[in-house]
Formats: sequence, structure tokens, C-alpha cells
Amino acid sequence: MFGKLGFDAIPLHDPIIVVVGIGMIIGGLGLLAAITYFRKWGWLWNEWFTSVDHKKLGIMYFIVALVMLLRGFADAIMMRTQQMVAAGGSMGFLPPDHYDQIFTAHGVIMIFFVAMPMVIGLMNLVVPLQIGARDVAFPFLNNLSFWLFAVSAILINISLVVGEFATTGWLAYAPLSGIEYSPGVGVDYWIWALQISGIGTTLTGINFFVTILKMRTKGMTLFRMPIFTWTSLCANVLIIASFPILTATIAMLTLDRYFGMNFFTNELGGNVMMYVNLIWAWGHPEVYILILPAFGVFSEVIATFARKRLFGYHTMVWATVAITVLSFIVWLHHFFTMGAGANVNAFFGIMTMIIAIPTGVKVFNWIFTIFRGRLEMTSPVLWTLGFIITFTIGGMTGVMLALPAANFVLHNSLFVIAHFHNVIIGGVLFGMLAGLTYWFPKAFGFTLDEKWGKRSFWFWIIGFYTAFMPLYVLSFYGAARRMQSYPNAEWQPWMIVAWVGAVLIACGIACTIIQFYVSVRDRKKNADVTGDPWDARTLEWSTSSPAPFYNFAHEPTVGDIDSFWTQKQRGLEQAEQKAYHDIHMPKNTHAGPIISVFAMIFGFAMIWHIWWLAIVGAVGTLVSFLARVFNDDIDYYVPAAEVERIEQAHLKRVEAHS
Amino acid sequence: MATDTLHHGAHAGDHDDHEHHEHHDVAGTKVFGFWVYLMSDLVIFGTLFATYAVLMRGTAGGPTGADIFELPLILFGTFALLISSFTFGMGVLAMNANRVGQLKMWLVVTFVLGLMFLGMEVYEFHHLIHEGYGPDRSAFLSAFFTLVGTHGLHVTFGMIWILVMLVQLQTKGINAATRPRILCLSLFWHFLDIVWICVFSFVYLMGVL
Repeated sequence: MFGKLGFDAIPLHDPIIVVVGIGMIIGGLGLLAAITYFRKWGWLWNEWFTSVDHKKLGIMYFIVALVMLLRGFADAIMMRTQQMVAAGGSMGFLPPDHYDQIFTAHGVIMIFFVAMPMVIGLMNLVVPLQIGARDVAFPFLNNLSFWLFAVSAILINISLVVGEFATTGWLAYAPLSGIEYSPGVGVDYWIWALQISGIGTTLTGINFFVTILKMRTKGMTLFRMPIFTWTSLCANVLIIASFPILTATIAMLTLDRYFGMNFFTNELGGNVMMYVNLIWAWGHPEVYILILPAFGVFSEVIATFARKRLFGYHTMVWATVAITVLSFIVWLHHFFTMGAGANVNAFFGIMTMIIAIPTGVKVFNWIFTIFRGRLEMTSPVLWTLGFIITFTIGGMTGVMLALPAANFVLHNSLFVIAHFHNVIIGGVLFGMLAGLTYWFPKAFGFTLDEKWGKRSFWFWIIGFYTAFMPLYVLSFYGAARRMQSYPNAEWQPWMIVAWVGAVLIACGIACTIIQFYVSVRDRKKNADVTGDPWDARTLEWSTSSPAPFYNFAHEPTVGDIDSFWTQKQRGLEQAEQKAYHDIHMPKNTHAGPIISVFAMIFGFAMIWHIWWLAIVGAVGTLVSFLARVFNDDIDYYVPAAEVERIEQAHLKRVEAHS
Repeated sequence: MATDTLHHGAHAGDHDDHEHHEHHDVAGTKVFGFWVYLMSDLVIFGTLFATYAVLMRGTAGGPTGADIFELPLILFGTFALLISSFTFGMGVLAMNANRVGQLKMWLVVTFVLGLMFLGMEVYEFHHLIHEGYGPDRSAFLSAFFTLVGTHGLHVTFGMIWILVMLVQLQTKGINAATRPRILCLSLFWHFLDIVWICVFSFVYLMGVL
């Protein structure tokens, strides 16, 4: 009846999980009770869950991402603590099996459920506004993408208390992830969470690609698009071209595990290196999906706060495009040790090093934008400066890893861990926090508190260096990654330093939480009345904050790069009073959350081999999708009078303010 | 070509006369988006083809392609699918001439041909598994079943889609909602045909050679 699922699936033997599980259940019930008590269910469902408004979806992506960041960071600090104590024969407090689950969960959560939703959330919030569109090309699919992602995050969290998570590392290398060596449900949780959210990501990629190509406002040619939109476009190209590889690869692993097929097994002709090749053919573009939009954020931030047009706009675009192309021909550098031979390794090594060139172009562009600008030291600028330095160091260690000869020594060592945290924390995370601070007023109508933002930055950057520089050092002594314990007690001092770094980062996260609290408390004082709090350059700042649900009462016309800035310089803002028109908008839809919940039921049932429930989930998914297809009542017109009312209210506020 | 015909359908008799210029070509965007989706789907097939190429020789003492492929049967299915592409094309022509009855008739013919193709595939799979050459026998067979089966699964979804469209054409006729759907479905169907030509040449013909 319940497949493999029984009461023994709940890990009562592990006190840590029991405590965390109880905490999660109490916290969850508390949240549900609070929503019920304040009678917010209808509001949540009608205004948020079923919303097709790209700005609200962006906010929801960010909320889930920040919650998952806490979960992923809890894993991180447990690993650092374990490695701090488990030296010279001590086994620490985490048994190997649990420790393996933690490092797997940490990687999966941080990449798929923190970094990706932050990037996609920011694209949602910003891209349509930057190109002067009223919504994305396919609003319903946008909502569906979010929910497919959200239910996958729920699946990952269920794995904490029901059953187990994979112990394979975040990419679940075969044959370790095959049924022979991982007979439990851990890998299945990994499979279905990634498969479901991956489909959502592919839909997002298609959606934003079409949005950017088809829905730009009048006069916005490709080479007048803001850089963040350009980097998003390239990231979406990468999503469209690479995520199907992940889908196919995971599907093949699924067939191996569920039907005894032999794609990635040791026996009967299977090829385990095939798995590693395929997963990295997706995996390397994936890291550029994350970093390119972050590059876009830094470009916007630095141009805005240096009060200058971005230096080398065109080279920035072409560098982005070059990275997009190159990202597909470097995957083998993740496993030079496979033994593909000197020529193959040399090719991939050289290609990898070539990526440093367009990236270097970008770094110089940012520096030259600052040069002779009037740089205002706001917290987004601090994140950007921190990024330029940190990412450059991370890039250089990346070039070191790109040397096949050096790589044979460094492979699977802590050097790799230090390197990719160097670029992902210093690049993606700093970028997303900069973007969060920068565009927060556009989403909510008030700016974030600067003082706590800067504190967060200093804790993060000092914490980062304290936590990860020791790992570079340790790698030269031969410390491997993913160690549950190590016999050499001489490593311990460095591990203690790394732990201190993790605690500093915890303080940085705490500062961000305090920042939210303080900012909400002082929202009247920090209100962004004009809609342009930073005196910025691109279209999203030409509408009110928070942006009205239709974004723009009139479709803006663009004649230049940074058109809004040029308009402000010429003082044409109030030039003409146009009549308002009815605005065509998509209606909210129940379909997204309902389809996704059925998909989650299907995933859960597949994980536990509850076949009847899997059929229920699959049929439910199909039927609820068909129900959407047969629904013609999907759009409406906002009357011109309503638009006028909203716009006039905004203008009155601006006048009262000035 | 497809988007030209769409323009008229999408805007005919709509609300949006007075603000025409601010409206994006919704139907054209849909078809373009579907094109992009097809390209991503193509990457899935590309991955499966690449896997097949790598694992082709991984027969593990089991049968090779030459041992198990029955070309006459496959050729029958191939022709069924190729002709179904033609009949779908006739259906789209009928739609452009606003002949809903003809369009439905061609969709039914396409459906039947698709069913014949699927019947061929199910028979082949059943036969192979019955002989003991199921997908778990060797890596070659895993890759073969998965590549061909994924295509077959797509055809199945295409056929469900045809049924859905037959219902919608019955209830709504040819309008701004159904027209782009038929066009997307036709793209999907032709796409599956092209993929099948690759499967036929690359898997079956080269397997037998």
C-alpha cells in the first residue's frame, strides 16, 4: 500500500534530525496557525500564490531562496564544526552517513534552491521592467515554473524527516548513485526534486528568452538593452540549451535505478564516465547561468552609483556572448583525471583559460566605469567592489585548476572547494545581495536600511576570507574534500580558523535579517516616493515604486542606451500628458499551484514506490493541465479610468514629496 | 510563413482595435516560444543520440542491432509517420482556408497513422522483451529502448494533443485560441518526423549495415 514507506523511514535514531524535525514541524504549524488566525489564506492564495505578476513571482522566488539559504547554511556550519573537531582520531558529532547527506544537501540546496531562485527571481522582478514590457511572454507558465520549483524545495525538506537524502555529493556521480551502491531513497529524492524543478527552470528559460526577444518596447533594439537584460538573455540561452541535458541524464539514471537498465552501471556495457560527461555538459553552463546575471547586476549598480554610462557597453555584451558560447566547450576540466589523454585535456585546459579573457574584459570595464566617476559608497557598491576583488582571486585559482598538470594534484582536494566558493559566494551571492538591495525599493516601495546592509557586507566578506583561505592552505597539505574526519591533527588549527569564518558569515546573515526588520519598521522614513531612489539610468526606474501591476501606463519609447537617464538630463519627464488607455492583462490562475502539487505527489510517490499514488499524481497533473487548456477566461482589460486613478495618485504623492 | 497567417486570426474581431500598436503579436509569440521549446527538446534527443552512439557497442554478449532489427516492419512504421506529416500539412492548409470540417478530417487521418506507427513500435518492443532482449539486457539495449521509446512517448503526447484539438475544434471552431495551437501541434508533429528520420537512419539503417 505504501511502497517502501513505513514508520522506520523517520530517522528517530539521530537526535540532530529529531530536534530539527520537531523544530520544523512546530515552526511550520506555527506559520499555518498564524495565517489562519489572521485570516490571510484568501489573500495569500488570490494575491500571491495564483498571481501571474512577474514582480510578485520574483519576490516569492526570493523568499523561498532566503529560507533555503538558512537551511543550506545550517548544513555548512555543521560541516565546518564537524571538521573542526574530527581531527586525529576523533569522529566528531556527525557519523559518516549523516555527514555525507549534509554535504550533498548543502550543495544541492545552495545551487538549485538558493542561487538559481535568486537569479531567476531577480530576472522576474527586473527584466520586464527594464525592457518596458507589461509582463512576460507566457505569464501562466511563469507561475507554473515558480511552483514546480517551490514543490521541489518542499520535497528536499521532506527528505530531512522522512527517509534520507542522497550521500553521493551534489551531482550524484554514477555508479555510486546507482541502485547497487545507493539502494535507499536518498538518490530518488535528489532525482525527483531536480527533475521537477529542472522542468520549471527550462520553462523559465524559454519564457524569458521569448520575452526579451519579442516584447521589448518601442525603440529598444538589442544593443540598447540594459546589461542585466543582456546577461539574462544569455543565461536563458544557456538554460534552454543545457537544462535538457540534465533532464535526459537524470531520466537515464532514473531508468537505471527503477528498471534495471545499464546506462551508468559497471556491468553489461554501461559507461560510468558517460554520466560524468553528461552531467558536466549541463553543469558547467549552469555555473554561467548563475554568474552572468550577477555580472549584469554589478554592471547596473556600478553605472548607477558612479553616475556614468557603463564603460565599454558593447565589449560587455560581446564578452557575455563569448562566455555563453565558451561555457559549452570546457566541461571536461571537471575531470581531467578521467584519462582522456594529453591532447583532449590540453584542448579543454586552453578553452578554460580562454574564458578568463572575456571575464577580464568585464573586470576592466567595471574598473574603468569607476575611474573618474563619482562613486557613491552605498551597500550595493560595497558588494560590487568586494566582488571585483574576490572574484578576481577566484578566477585566478580557476585558471590554476585549468592546468591539467596542476589539476591532477588538486583534483578532489579542498582547493576545488575553496575555488568554487570563491567565485560563487564572491560572484553569485554578492551579486544577488547587491541586486536585492538595489531593486528592493522597486518591489516594495521603500529602500533597505543601509547601515545593516553594510554590516552584513563586512561580516560576509571577512567571514568568507576567514573561512575559505585556510582551505586553500590545507589543500597544499593534501586535504581532500568531503572528509568526515582526518587523522592529521596538524590540520586542525586551519579548520578552527575556517569555522570562525563560518560564524562570521552567520553574523552576516543575521545582519541581513535584522536589516529586513529595521527596514520594514522604518518603511515610512525610507519610502521611495519618486520611483527613482538612486537617480538611476534604466527604464524600471521610470515607473513608480512599487511598480503598478501593469508596470507602465504608457509603453515607454527608447532612443538610446540608458534612455531614462538621457530623458532626465533633457528634462522631458513631464513633457506630455497622454490620454490613458485600457490595458490588456493576464488573469491570475489556480492552475500553476495545482499542477505543481500533483507533480509533487507524483515525485513523492515515485521516491517511495507507491505506484497507485504515482498514477494519481500523474493523472492529476495531466488533468489539471488540460483544465487550464480548456479555460478561455484567462485575460481581462484594466479600464483606462482605473489606470488614470492609480497614475494620478502616484503623481500626487510625488508632488507632495517635492 | 506561419506567423503571417496568424496575424489576421489573432486580431480579427478582438477588443484591441483602439490600441493596436501597443499589442504584441500574441499568437506569433506563442509559435515562436514553441519553436524555442522544440529546440530544447531537440537537445534531449541529442543527448539520447550521443548516449546511443557511446553505448552502441556495449552489447555485453547480447544481441547487436543487426541481430534484432526487422527493417520491413520499421519501414512500414516509418512510412506511416512520414505520410502522417503530409496529412497534417493538408490539415493546416484546410485551416488556412477556414474549413474546419476538412481540418478535423485530416487530424483524424493523422491520428490513425500515428496509431499505426505506435502499434508498430509497441509490437517491436513487446517482441524484443519477449525474446529476452529487454532494456535491462545490455547498455546497448538500454540506450536503444530509451531513444526510440522517448520518441514514441512524444508521439503519444502528440496524439493526445490531437484528441484535445479535435474536441476544441468541435466546441470552439477555428479562432484566435485554437489556430496557434494547431500550428504548434503541426510543428511538433513535423519535428517528431524529423527526429524519426534520424532514428531510422542512425539507429536502424546503420545498425543493420
